[in-house]
Amino acid sequence: MSGQGVAVTEPQPRTSESFQALARCELPRLLALARRLTREDAEDLVQEALLRGYRSYASLERDETGGPWLRAILVNVHRDRLRKDNRSLTELPVADPEDFSLFRTIAEEDPRPYSDTVHLDFLQAFAREDVREVLLRLPLIYRLPLVLCHMEGFATKEIAKLCGVPLGTVLARLHRGRKAFEREMWTYAEEMGLLKSGASNE
Amino acid sequence: MSDRGEQLMPCREAVRRLWDFLDGSVSPADHAQVEAHLAFCRRCCGELDFVAHLRDLLASQTADELEPQTLQRLERFVEEEL
Repeated sequence: MSGQGVAVTEPQPRTSESFQALARCELPRLLALARRLTREDAEDLVQEALLRGYRSYASLERDETGGPWLRAILVNVHRDRLRKDNRSLTELPVADPEDFSLFRTIAEEDPRPYSDTVHLDFLQAFAREDVREVLLRLPLIYRLPLVLCHMEGFATKEIAKLCGVPLGTVLARLHRGRKAFEREMWTYAEEMGLLKSGASNE
Repeated sequence: MSDRGEQLMPCREAVRRLWDFLDGSVSPADHAQVEAHLAFCRRCCGELDFVAHLRDLLASQTADELEPQTLQRLERFVEEEL
């Protein structure tokens, strides 16, 4: 704690005001995360996470980890809700997505004339809400590690701790989640007619 | 893939490892094999590039388009309930 001439930042006192300040700052990210975990209950989920965070605020060790701490609480609240509703992260996964390659499928199936940018054109056809919808179609067992890793910046060890599973399980789910995401991007593009957007050939 | 098949990782195996390869989370042996494969396989190089774009697409989603009314309700909740 003490140092010779080294400034040590004292953590903020854990007061209602300081928690409110933290919560206000983190609200957009919390809501964005909640919207990727659930379709309808995002606002409710955030409220419950904030309440739980407020009650356990004294356990926050470092101010600078307040954001990830609150997001971890949100994930735990969501998992608790699923357990309560007799749903869990062991829901049946989709058919094995491991061998699917979005890259090759685009090259082989895209109906447009040959284009050097056919793959990037495909990605650019997706708006934010399209990506969100694709994610929400994934089983939570795959969606959660994908979102936490690639969108929230959690390390795989942290995800394992958060989900209460071994690291190897997280890595396997992350791998399958990535492939499921690729497959779902294609399915969604077909359903929504995104393959016909961009260069016209009719 | 010719007689070098035993030495060179097949495309299917290389493609399965591309996300982890970009993460830097493959084993050193796998990393070397994927790299060796990419040195010979233009198609898998293209797929590596595409996977990098997919990862960027996911990472760029952090700024969701959130409904202002929802955020306002949550801000009120913070002020009034906590």
